Amino acid sequence: MAYEFPEGWRFRMTGWRKFFILVFLVAVGVMIYRLVYGLGAATHLNDQWPWGWWIAVDVLIGVALAGGGYSTAFLVHILHRKQFAPVARAALLTSMLGYILVLIGLFMDIGRWYNFWRPFLVYPGSWHSVLFEVFWCISLYTMVQVLEFGSIVFERVKSDWLKRVFDAMLPPLFILGVVLPTLHQSSLGSLYVVTVDRLDPLWWSIALPIFFLLSSFFVGPAMVTLEGSLAAKAYGRQMEIPVLSRLVKVGAWVMFIYLVLKLIDLGYRNQFGHLFDGSLESNLFLLEIVGGVIVPMIMFAIPSVRNSAGGLITASVLTVGGVILNRMNVVFTGMAAAMGGHYFPKWTEFMVTAGLIALAVLAYCFLVENFAILPAEEHVPAGKPSEAHTSYTVVG
Amino acid sequence: MKGVLVDITRCVGCGSCVVACKLYNNLPWSNAPHLGKDAVLTADNWTVVKEFDVSKGKESVWRFVKEQCFHCLEPACASACFAAAFRKTPEGPVIYNERVCVGCRYCMIACPFSIPKYEWQARFPRVQKCQMCFYRVKDGEMPACVSVCPAGALKFGDRDALLKEAKERIAQNPGRYVNHVYGEKEYGGTCWLYLSDVPFEQLGFRTHVSTESIPHVSERVTKWTLPVAGGWAAVLTALYLATKGSGGAEKSH
Repeated sequence: MAYEFPEGWRFRMTGWRKFFILVFLVAVGVMIYRLVYGLGAATHLNDQWPWGWWIAVDVLIGVALAGGGYSTAFLVHILHRKQFAPVARAALLTSMLGYILVLIGLFMDIGRWYNFWRPFLVYPGSWHSVLFEVFWCISLYTMVQVLEFGSIVFERVKSDWLKRVFDAMLPPLFILGVVLPTLHQSSLGSLYVVTVDRLDPLWWSIALPIFFLLSSFFVGPAMVTLEGSLAAKAYGRQMEIPVLSRLVKVGAWVMFIYLVLKLIDLGYRNQFGHLFDGSLESNLFLLEIVGGVIVPMIMFAIPSVRNSAGGLITASVLTVGGVILNRMNVVFTGMAAAMGGHYFPKWTEFMVTAGLIALAVLAYCFLVENFAILPAEEHVPAGKPSEAHTSYTVVG
Repeated sequence: MKGVLVDITRCVGCGSCVVACKLYNNLPWSNAPHLGKDAVLTADNWTVVKEFDVSKGKESVWRFVKEQCFHCLEPACASACFAAAFRKTPEGPVIYNERVCVGCRYCMIACPFSIPKYEWQARFPRVQKCQMCFYRVKDGEMPACVSVCPAGALKFGDRDALLKEAKERIAQNPGRYVNHVYGEKEYGGTCWLYLSDVPFEQLGFRTHVSTESIPHVSERVTKWTLPVAGGWAAVLTALYLATKGSGGAEKSH
């Protein structure tokens, strides 16, 4: 091992962390209230809006933003692009935490939660359901990530034979760890294929699964960048700008493919007129595409922009914002005309999401400070391609 | 396959069908209106009679539309459910099994007619909708609502025969009906069929909709799942092995 682990477990308490613990504890209270008294008591969901904030944010946006895990894993572990290795463990960690939150969020949203395990059984015809596939893939992928993480855990928790077992599992896990996200990232889009002639045609397309997949892939580098910049700030480190700059360049190419396919799709379905008709739908769609795809794509394409921390972070914020807006538009904006009625989340709905995010931040801090997640700084000289072998450091 | 033909021109809006439904299915009388302009389907209102004030030619007329589950030939709710809580029976009714329901509410998103409703105030809510009195239909009886209609607006029978009769009524009464049987082709066809003398879009029906069933639309993408999974796994394995010599970056030592 290239580094020494300190004795014992550490968790540095700061004012912010106390705040996050408080937020999480309040959310736990709200979650218990919701599970005991039901969805009607804890949410503003109704017959017109059976899906709301939790599905949009905790599930659809949560899974998309966790896309940094599989897109980085694809580059590092499948294509063996070792120049991206320094960010691979951090990407795996945030993705794994993201999926655990998604599963908790999903559990909060199901009305008859004691039946949560039912879809694991195969009933006649249940495999035709898009949700069946989404549920299986997300659950399995969360397990795959936990097993991948086992290899990191047993460096710290000294057990040579367990470390060997987990390492031996890695190659098939790497394959599964890309196949499963490919399936469920796209299937989350397929969920809305059933809303044909209800979801606004700017978003409804038989190609929805492809758009959801591509956007979850290109949001990956942007999320890895933002997480990296936050970690750099929190731990007084240098951002991995040369690595991230190359990563977002890959993202920019995927954004370009996404954009071209979007335009072909809109043209094929004769929606260019609708695009500029000034309706709320068209304006939000343009905001999503111009502000969330075209502008950051151009920024990522310009070397001087993507090689500066400011440019990199700004374009990443726009990309992430664009994907968030896209999922919101599918769930809310695009369905509003067909569904009618009103929905605005109750404070308890926001509180659960805030609590889950607080839990993720706290777990991230603990894991980064006690396990080898972030690369050792001296091995990544600024402006130079990183070393073939990445070594890691424990920070905090 | 059984069905019901609703002739809107014969409905007088008495609401007997609603009462029969409530009694047979033991549903509570809630605050949500079950008759009139504001009538709305809810977890307790499996059927309602909705009033529409429309103009027909020069005169202004009242029309009453009985709303309930259409009992699709290929139901979206059943194909969307990942626990198989909905089932299309050979007799026609699309029925719900609360025992296996997880409560995800994807059926409510998937239904093109927005029929399934939810017991929002319950601790463990059920999805609720018209079951077309499955146990009556299975025994060869007509649904409760049909059995009490005093105006002859509802007719129970084999769907094929009802469709034929609907077309005959249109042909034999020139000018009485709009030339459309709602439910014949909408989203692949439904067990409940409607005849009307005013255009359906004025009566709250969703018109100009797909004639392809929702499960069929969904199948256009889900059929790729296994081929993509298998093909992609093979491609990834090949890429993994082909590029393996170029590094071995995943080890930290």
